[in-house]
Amino acid sequence: MIALLIRDLALAIRAGGGFGLGLAFFLIVVVLVPFGVGPESAILSRIAPGILWVGALLACLLSLDRIFALDFEDGSLDLLATAPIPLEGVVAMKAAAHWVTTGLPLTLAAPGLGLLLSLDPAAYGWLVLSLALGTPALSMIGTFGAALTVGLKRGGLLLSLLVLPLYVPTLIFGAEAVVRGAAGQANATPLLMLAGITLATLALLPFAAAAAIRINLR
Amino acid sequence: MSLWEYANPKKFMQTSQAVLPAIWGLTALSMVVGLVWGFFLTPEAENFGSTVKIIYLHVPAAMMAINAWVMMLVASLIWLVRRHHVSALAARAAAPVGLTMTVIALVTGAIWGEPMWGTYWAWDPRLTSFLILFLFYLGYIALWEAIENPDAAADLTSVLCIVGSVFALLSRYAVNFWNQGLHQGATLSMDKQENIANVFWFPLLVCMGAFILLFVALVLERTRTEIRARRIKALIARERMA
Repeated sequence: MIALLIRDLALAIRAGGGFGLGLAFFLIVVVLVPFGVGPESAILSRIAPGILWVGALLACLLSLDRIFALDFEDGSLDLLATAPIPLEGVVAMKAAAHWVTTGLPLTLAAPGLGLLLSLDPAAYGWLVLSLALGTPALSMIGTFGAALTVGLKRGGLLLSLLVLPLYVPTLIFGAEAVVRGAAGQANATPLLMLAGITLATLALLPFAAAAAIRINLR
Repeated sequence: MSLWEYANPKKFMQTSQAVLPAIWGLTALSMVVGLVWGFFLTPEAENFGSTVKIIYLHVPAAMMAINAWVMMLVASLIWLVRRHHVSALAARAAAPVGLTMTVIALVTGAIWGEPMWGTYWAWDPRLTSFLILFLFYLGYIALWEAIENPDAAADLTSVLCIVGSVFALLSRYAVNFWNQGLHQGATLSMDKQENIANVFWFPLLVCMGAFILLFVALVLERTRTEIRARRIKALIARERMA
């Protein structure tokens, strides 16, 4: 399983893997927002936590259909499914690789982009913490969506339609944690809920995603 | 005699053909009685004027929008456990009906909200969770449409329905947490004192019964259509083989 993780990471980082594309997309979204709503820093700092979370979510979405599509096309997904490791473990490793190549860089880049949106100074720590807690759930839910649509020719748009409603709770608690943290209010509840969602998705969704892959490979 | 006999498509077609006229008749009767009673024979409510009458469409539609999803969940589970095709097709048949009910609830709510709250839309928890439910229905239907192999489609949509149910419930509580409500609380709970007056309550009950019957009739009718469509496909495939 570790070997699989390293393989996926290597594939993602080398040419054509699209590593960094998500990060660039995140940057562009954040740069575009002030053009849309105007440069007043009061408005920007008010909406910054939400924009950063929505941007991270969209950047995550961008690379989801790559999780299984390439392996499905060249047949290595069949090999993985018949390999002696459980398919649930394969799915979890795929999600982990996706998180390391998108969620983690997004989390690390978010404070720099927060600067562009004149994010409240008190919010930086909460932003990084909430993204670090929440993005694994985004990757895992996205892996489930990718598993559902792996057999489809044009699954990309459908994938977004399936996955975005599932992202709602994560987004709400993530953004809320930052907003409350910035305002100096107690934000333990949203942070705990966020951690709970992440842990529950990590525990349960590999089974659903593996079931979906088995159906698609049938 | 057991419920599972109706998993046989032939038996299902026979029985549903026999009972459908009766269900349609009861639907029409209760719908006419409930709506006429509600629209013309009830007094106008204090503070609300005649706008209160939209409740006879709004509440039953909202109720069925949620119950349709529950029915799809049960049908999906039956399909995954017992592999009865009629069950999978019934889940597929119920989805557009549930979607329509969601739209009716949202639209009647917006029409009522404009004079009462001064806005067609507010990011109230109930409104928001219904909008999210609407998106779930869209995704579910789109997945059915996208997959060609009928068995794989039934399997994958069932998995989506189960996972989606958990997330829909989670979203419901998340939006509660996220924003304070404008929508009034439950008016129909069994144990509270704040129930609406009986003058409005009885016609509303009839309307709710009418919507349940309408849902059952539509789902049976649509399931029959799905079964027929699948038979036609099988016949065409057999023709090609010959």
